[in-house]
Amino acid sequence: MNGRSPLRALLQFVPVLYIVSLIVFVLVYLTGDPSALLIPEDASEADRLALVAAWGLDQPWYVQYLRYMGNILSGDFGVSYRYGSEALPIVLERIPATLTLTTGGLVVAILIALPTGIFAALRRNSLPDFAISTVTVLGKAMPNFWVGIMLILVFGVWLRLVPVSGSGGFSHLILPAITLGTGFAAELTKLIRSSLLDVMGQDFVRTARAKGVPETLVVLRHGLRNALIPALTMTSLHAIGLLGGALVTETVFSWPGLGQLVVQAVYTKDMAVIQIAVFVITIMALTINLTTDALYRLIDPRLRS
Amino acid sequence: MIQISLSTPLLPRRRRLLSSLLSNKAGVAGLAIVAVIAAIAIGADHLAPLDPLRRNLSLKLLPPAWLEGGNARHLLGTDSQGRDLLSRIIFGARTSLTVGLAAVALSSLIGLVLGLLAGMAGGKVDALIMRVIDAMLAIPTMLFMLVVALVAGTGLLPLVIVIAATNWVGAARIVRADVLGVKEMDYVAAARAIGARPVGLILRHILPNILSSFVVVSTMNVGTVILAESALSFLGFGIQPPEISWGQMLSEGRQYLATSWWVATLPGIAITLTVLGVILLGDWLRDHLDPRLD
Repeated sequence: MNGRSPLRALLQFVPVLYIVSLIVFVLVYLTGDPSALLIPEDASEADRLALVAAWGLDQPWYVQYLRYMGNILSGDFGVSYRYGSEALPIVLERIPATLTLTTGGLVVAILIALPTGIFAALRRNSLPDFAISTVTVLGKAMPNFWVGIMLILVFGVWLRLVPVSGSGGFSHLILPAITLGTGFAAELTKLIRSSLLDVMGQDFVRTARAKGVPETLVVLRHGLRNALIPALTMTSLHAIGLLGGALVTETVFSWPGLGQLVVQAVYTKDMAVIQIAVFVITIMALTINLTTDALYRLIDPRLRS
Repeated sequence: MIQISLSTPLLPRRRRLLSSLLSNKAGVAGLAIVAVIAAIAIGADHLAPLDPLRRNLSLKLLPPAWLEGGNARHLLGTDSQGRDLLSRIIFGARTSLTVGLAAVALSSLIGLVLGLLAGMAGGKVDALIMRVIDAMLAIPTMLFMLVVALVAGTGLLPLVIVIAATNWVGAARIVRADVLGVKEMDYVAAARAIGARPVGLILRHILPNILSSFVVVSTMNVGTVILAESALSFLGFGIQPPEISWGQMLSEGRQYLATSWWVATLPGIAITLTVLGVILLGDWLRDHLDPRLD
């Protein structure tokens, strides 16, 4: 995974996206004849058959597949029957809200995990370390939609401190970002603790200490910098999970992003929207992987060769 | 000269498992939680104080018994239709564990078969399976589950299929990696040389040696799957009424958050406790069977 050129990495998108397109096609094909949803109930049988023929739904699967691939490659993703307009713009306009939310979740996770992870590692086996690892396990066990609802209950209903739904200013972002970030914060804390402990036991750390480097500098420059590499891998893997978690979190907070759109599209079987949303979210996930790869090289000079 | 330390007596396998568990307090706690919840799920019919489906609108949204306005007959209060929350939570345990165990059994089986196939066959088969895994890893699992739910429908069995179809990747990767390691061992080569058949080779020589990490990964997966079930049921794509699920109870309770906080709070605690027990148990199993997995 490491040490490849960005161009080659970009080329790896192709097979993944192809298989994703295949999976999407099979699922759409298996959901059956969408004409029942698309055609008014009072339409005559002849009208219905005419429309089915016009959409090619009466064709065998391989013809439908070729048509589907042709449409995708020419950028035609079809029309959302729920919105009555082209599906692509409907999906694209939701991206900023989801990016804001997932970035917020990531920031929350890092803000919590970095200090607590370092603290737990430096005070290993102390009472605070034990408390932190207990909270960490709890953080992994709590369903994030429930965390969201509890945050709404405490800060929205009881304390009335922040708005509990929709999007607007920064205050709208606080609860959803915390909701999305807590589960990841728990895992990241544990990882930073263990990888920092790992690094701090190594020879170059002992050498730095022996040279008389101040302890803070030893931890930050020698320890943390190396401990961050596994943390970054996890962040990359988890960012994909955050996109998935956004599906539920956005529904809890009525956040107008991709997640909410997808959940509604699944309710209403709006296939065109579902298809593009899957592609768009997959491309976002792959882009995150690519970015992490680039970050590796920044942090770890050994990979720059 | 090699000194062999005999300070740790070689205990029989079962005693070692027990002493390893007893020395790990978190593991004991995990096992206790899982055992209690399993007992509740199995004995739900006898343990539930009231019929979890019986409505009584005159007693709707009663608070838990210890709060003002509470009723001793409804220890944890009632929901918006006057159904007893404690009884519903008890029956919810049954759904959670049934879906959790069934979905993990199925997804582990898929993962085991595909992992073995990729690891043993190598070449094009391996490449194909790995590309599919890459693609599945690039789609967020939650999104994938929703899309599969569209095809499979809702209810208990479709839910198990949806979760299994989207959660086998972890097991498949571990099995494949382990098979690649074990395959090169001398004893496997020796078995091959004396003419062991592929199926016999896998069953007798490969499978026993990859079993421990497979068991660990599968156990860990139970927690993930229970969370997935609750999320899907919460969104309305999982368990449907009159079947009872914690996720679905939470979704109903959410509408009464301003007046009756307990309806959405208590099922969440039940989910958290269950998953916590599974995680603690899984962590201990991992430390005991396969410490390199973390």
